Amino acid sequence: MGKQRNQCFKVGLFVISLFVLGACSSTSEMEDESANTESAASSSSSSGAGSSNQLTQEQIRAQNALRQTVFYFDFDVAEFKPADRETLTYHARDLAANSGKRIRLEGHADERGTREYNLALGERRANGILNYFIVNGASRSQIEVVSYGEERPEQSGQSEQAYSRNRRVEVVAQ
Amino acid sequence: MKLRLTFLLALMLTQVDARAELSIQITQGVDNPIPIAVVPFSMNSGIVLSEDVSQIVRNDLEQVGEFRTLPLSNMISLPDEEQEVFYRDWRILAQDYLLVGKINQEPGSQLVQVQYEFFDVNREIKLAGEVLTGSVTQLRDIGHTISNVVFEQVTSVPGAFTSQLLYIVSEDAGPGSSLFRLEKSDYDGARPQVLLESGEPIMSPSWSPNGQDVAYVSFETGLPRIYIQNIASGQRRQITNYPNINSSPVWSPDGNKLAMVLSKDGSPDIYVQDLISNQLIRVTDHPAIDTEPSWTPDGQFIVFMSDRTGQPQIYQIALGANSYDVERLTYDCFQCAKARFLPDGVNLVHVRRETRQALYKIAILNIETLRVITLTDTSLDESPSLAPNGSMIIYATKFNGKGVLDAVSIDGRVKFRLPSTQGDVREPSWSPFLN
Repeated sequence: MGKQRNQCFKVGLFVISLFVLGACSSTSEMEDESANTESAASSSSSSGAGSSNQLTQEQIRAQNALRQTVFYFDFDVAEFKPADRETLTYHARDLAANSGKRIRLEGHADERGTREYNLALGERRANGILNYFIVNGASRSQIEVVSYGEERPEQSGQSEQAYSRNRRVEVVAQ
Repeated sequence: MKLRLTFLLALMLTQVDARAELSIQITQGVDNPIPIAVVPFSMNSGIVLSEDVSQIVRNDLEQVGEFRTLPLSNMISLPDEEQEVFYRDWRILAQDYLLVGKINQEPGSQLVQVQYEFFDVNREIKLAGEVLTGSVTQLRDIGHTISNVVFEQVTSVPGAFTSQLLYIVSEDAGPGSSLFRLEKSDYDGARPQVLLESGEPIMSPSWSPNGQDVAYVSFETGLPRIYIQNIASGQRRQITNYPNINSSPVWSPDGNKLAMVLSKDGSPDIYVQDLISNQLIRVTDHPAIDTEPSWTPDGQFIVFMSDRTGQPQIYQIALGANSYDVERLTYDCFQCAKARFLPDGVNLVHVRRETRQALYKIAILNIETLRVITLTDTSLDESPSLAPNGSMIIYATKFNGKGVLDAVSIDGRVKFRLPSTQGDVREPSWSPFLN
């Protein structure tokens, strides 16, 4: 019972943080971190919690995964984080199941390093996710890749926190 | 490939309120600047001009750091032509050089005549003098032209005071959106003009060698594509429409070709497009990132950055060579990038990160002696661009969290900054000599 309440609270928090994330582009890293942690926690949980909902646990997981559309990267690293693998798999399966769906993968880098190199790094990051989607059933023709390099930061400033928000790939529905 | 002609998007506005106002601050001068007296130019009675020509000359000479101008309050005479010059007045004041002049404007005319004379105080000779005629809107040009003469007479190097800058400005435009502008200004940031404004990023402006056109990257279609725009008319055309990245356009020294980066074949590689025949030649072919091309002064080689060994390093390749026949130029830095040779073909200006912990600096590597001179002590320095007389490098850096343009002499002794009051300024490109 206590565990279930805790779970409900966590899901509620997750939904709220997603809402905040969607409504306001200047969400703090704290809120985002909690969203990431929760999505990982809920997807790794195998209990029957949340059964009051009409959707199956798997459907909820898939829906939650598809709500996460921004994926953050480590400095100078082009491969997505292992923690994002499961969420990205849901995105790929969604594309495979809906052949009419089109998305754009927008790659970004932080401002360190030269601009042209960052443009290329952003593309490398987006291509990593592109290839993962294709391997998992998406069609190449469903996906457009564009890199913005360091030209469109999510957060301005020279802090490590800002940098970590700017190294990202965004999945944008077309 | 079909070229697209677009005229409407180009803006040629001389007075836009949103333009970035740049004005110079000297951050470091030389230890023993040359003393020079610039006497206020006299004017025939009744003229009111929008610009003070002798003050423009004074500012120019101070800004490049090699001169120290005499304060007006210290002057004991105010000659405006040769007959009124008494050299001993200026020797007492320890001045090496003297500039005097007078401005004449016929009543009701838009034309002004500016007569100037330039003297060597110690040798007691007139070094230069002429009458320049122009409209009242050209007073800054006249001032900069006089500065060029003074600079060349004293240093034997042509002045670059009539040269101009291109740069990119970005500004917040509400939540999640920005406004990007390609602007042109005088070398000192005065008289900015907006050449292009867009809600999507603009990158990598590059002057054509004749100073008439600019190549740049615009995301206006949602994808990075290369455009060429005529600076005077605003007329522009799209040059590339290949899949994926189209970036880093750089003109060949003869102005007939454009080096660029395309990732249409998988990863970013260097290509050269002939602007007359439209023929596209692939120069590098490697699965790593190859980018930031520049031309050697003789136009025979392309210098570029590649991370094929893991971190960005600088390479060069002969045009027409096999794509694997590349020569690596940098070994002693954690990252070296954005390189371009000085006109001597030996000294390589680049962005250098010495170690993994180091900041990004502008440096010069002599590829024969392997000596490295680090020119800057700011951080996040990038996009170095050389003045047409080879005396200074302008580059982008951060100051108080904002993008600003700094300039440094190629010996590192003189530094000045062009702060912006609005937005982030970056990617400066210094013009060739303009007529």
